[in-house]
Amino acid sequence: MRFASSIFATALSAALAAPVSAQGVLVKIDGSSTVYPVTEAVAEEFQKAEKNAIKVTVGISGTGGGFKKFCRGETDISGASRPILKAEMDACAKEGITYYELPVAFDALTVVVNPKNTWLDRGITVEQLKRMWEPGAQGKVMRWNQIDPSWPDAPLKLFGAGADSGTFDYFTEAIVGKSKSSRGDFTASEDDNVLVQGVQRDANALGFFGYAYYAENKEKLKSVAVIEKAGRPAVKPDMTTVIDGSYQPLSRPIFIYVNAKAYGRAEVKKFVEYYMAHGAQLSKEVKYVPLPDRAYQINREHLAKGKKGTVFGGVAEVGVRIEDLLAREAKL
Amino acid sequence: MSAIAPSRTEVRRLIVRARRLDVLFVALGIVALGIGFATFVALFLDMLIDGWSRLRPEFFTQFPSRRAGQAGILSAWVGTLLVMIVTACVAVPLGVAAGIYLEEYAPKNWVTDLIEINITNLAGVPSIVYGLLALGLFVYAFGLGQSVQTAGLTLALLILPVVIVATREAIRSIPGMIREGAYAVGATRWQTVKDHIIPYSTPGILTGVIIGMSRAIGETAPIITIGALTFIAFLPPPPVTGDFPFLSFEWLSAPFTVMPIQMFNWTSRPDPAFHANAAAAGTILVFMTLAMNALAIWLRFRLRKNIKW
Repeated sequence: MRFASSIFATALSAALAAPVSAQGVLVKIDGSSTVYPVTEAVAEEFQKAEKNAIKVTVGISGTGGGFKKFCRGETDISGASRPILKAEMDACAKEGITYYELPVAFDALTVVVNPKNTWLDRGITVEQLKRMWEPGAQGKVMRWNQIDPSWPDAPLKLFGAGADSGTFDYFTEAIVGKSKSSRGDFTASEDDNVLVQGVQRDANALGFFGYAYYAENKEKLKSVAVIEKAGRPAVKPDMTTVIDGSYQPLSRPIFIYVNAKAYGRAEVKKFVEYYMAHGAQLSKEVKYVPLPDRAYQINREHLAKGKKGTVFGGVAEVGVRIEDLLAREAKL
Repeated sequence: MSAIAPSRTEVRRLIVRARRLDVLFVALGIVALGIGFATFVALFLDMLIDGWSRLRPEFFTQFPSRRAGQAGILSAWVGTLLVMIVTACVAVPLGVAAGIYLEEYAPKNWVTDLIEINITNLAGVPSIVYGLLALGLFVYAFGLGQSVQTAGLTLALLILPVVIVATREAIRSIPGMIREGAYAVGATRWQTVKDHIIPYSTPGILTGVIIGMSRAIGETAPIITIGALTFIAFLPPPPVTGDFPFLSFEWLSAPFTVMPIQMFNWTSRPDPAFHANAAAAGTILVFMTLAMNALAIWLRFRLRKNIKW
C-alpha cells in the first residue's frame, strides 16, 4: 500500500500549500447572462491582444447574483441587464465599494410568433400584450379571439422567460406595469432555446426573449411589430429602430459596473479601456445593438474624471431611450 | 397415502407451470435490460451524430470562444481532470481509512450505529446541499476561494459516503478465517489489515471509488454553487516547474471550469452551431467516464490475479 500512502502524502502537502496563491494579473468578471455574450467576446479579444499576459474570467450569476459578489468585493466588474437597485447600492455602500456605471449596449426584448401566424403581421399593441400577460388573464384569456375578435378562434399558447431572469422582470415591468407581475399559466424556461422550439412547433404560440435568440433563429420564427400606444406606428425590433428609440418600450440598456478601487489596477484599467474601444463592434457581432460612439466617449470621460455612482437612483425603469440615457449619463 | 401424494399428471403440470414462470422472468429481465440499454445507446448515438463534426483534435486544444467553430474544451477538460485528481486524493484515503476503522476497529455500540446510519443517509443527500455547505465552509470560512481545490474537496465530500460504504462491503466479503489465520500466527491487528484485509478488499474498494468518481465527474450543481466560471481561456499553472523544488501547488488555487458547465453554457446559446459543440463535449464526457470504468476493471482484474486464498 505504498501507493495509497504516497497519494495521502501528496494530498497532505497539497492541503498545506493551498492557501498560498499567486495567480498573476487577473480580471474577475461576473453577473448577468444577458451581458455575458458581449463581455465574453471582449474578454476573448482582449486576451489575444495582450498575448495572454492578462487573464480574464467571466462567470454567470445573473444580474442580482453578480451584484451580491460585486458588493462583497469578490469581483472587479459586474454585468447587469438593469440598473443597480437601491438595496444593492446600500450593500455596496456598507462595504465601502464605489463603482463606475458604464452602459455598453442595447438589447431588444423581441415578441415572436410562429411563421404561420398572419394575424399579427400588422403588429400588436402594448395594451393587447398586457391583456394577454397580466395576472388576471390566468385561466380566462385562453383564445386569440378573446383579445381581438378579428383574430382566429384558436388556443393561445404563451412562452416566456423564467421568473428568475432579468428578462422576465423587464418584460412584466414594461408590459404589465409591475415587475414580476404576470399570469402563471404559460410555458416558462430559463433556457431560451426551449422557448424558440416551443414557438417554432406551435402555430398558435407567442413568446418573448432577447433579440439575439430571434436573430439566430430568423428562419424559424417571426418577430412581431410592437405598437407602444394607439396612434403610434407598429415597430419591429432591429438595429435601426432600437438606436433611433422608436422600438419602445421593450428596448433596454445593458451595463457593466466597474469597482472603482479595482479600476486603479493597471490590468482592470486596460480591460475597461479595451471594452470601451471595441464594445460597439463586438456587441454588434454577438447580435446586440451597439451604442453611438458618443456613449462610449461619455463613459471614458466618467472614468477619467472619477465620476462614480449611478444615474438611475436605484429604481427599475422601462423605456429608457439611448438619447435619454446619454443625456442622463452626461449630467453625472 | 396415494390420496395425499400428487398424481403424475399433477406433477407434470406443476413442472410446466414453474418452467413457464421461469421463461417469463427471463423475458421480463431481458426487456428491462433492453429498455435501459436501448435508451442509453439511442441518446449516445444521437449525441455522437450531433457532435461528430466538432470531434477534431483542435476541439481539445482550443479555449472557449464566441465563435462556435473555434470554441474548444481545453480549459474544461483540464479543469475536470485536475478537480478529479484532488477529489481522488482526498476521498480515497479518507474513505478507505474510515471504512477500515468502522469494520475492523470500531467498538459495536450506539455511537458507531449512529455514525453508520448517518453515512448511509449521506449517500442519498442531494448534491446541491454539498455545494451550499462547501460555499460556506471552504469558500468563505477557510478562504480557499473559488478554485480547483474547493471543487475537489466538495466532490470528495460528495463521494466519501459511497467510498466508505464500498470499502466496508468489500471488507465484509473477506472470509473470517483469513483474519483468524493471521491472528493465529501472532499477527497484530494492523499487520492483519495491512497484509490481508486491504489487499483482498482492493478490487471491491476500487469499484466503489469508480462509482463515486463517475458520479462526481458529471456533477454540475455543487460546482456552480461554489462559483465555477463560464469563460476561462487560460490553464492553471503547471504542477511541475523548472525551478527548485520543481513541484508547484499553485494550480490548486486557480480559477477553473469543468466539462458539464461548458456543455450547459453551450446548450443555452442562441447560435445553433454551439449545440453541436455541446453534443461533442457530452460525447467526450461519456468517454471520460467509460475510460475511468475501464481502468477500474483492468486494475481489478490484475489485483484479483494476485489474490491467492
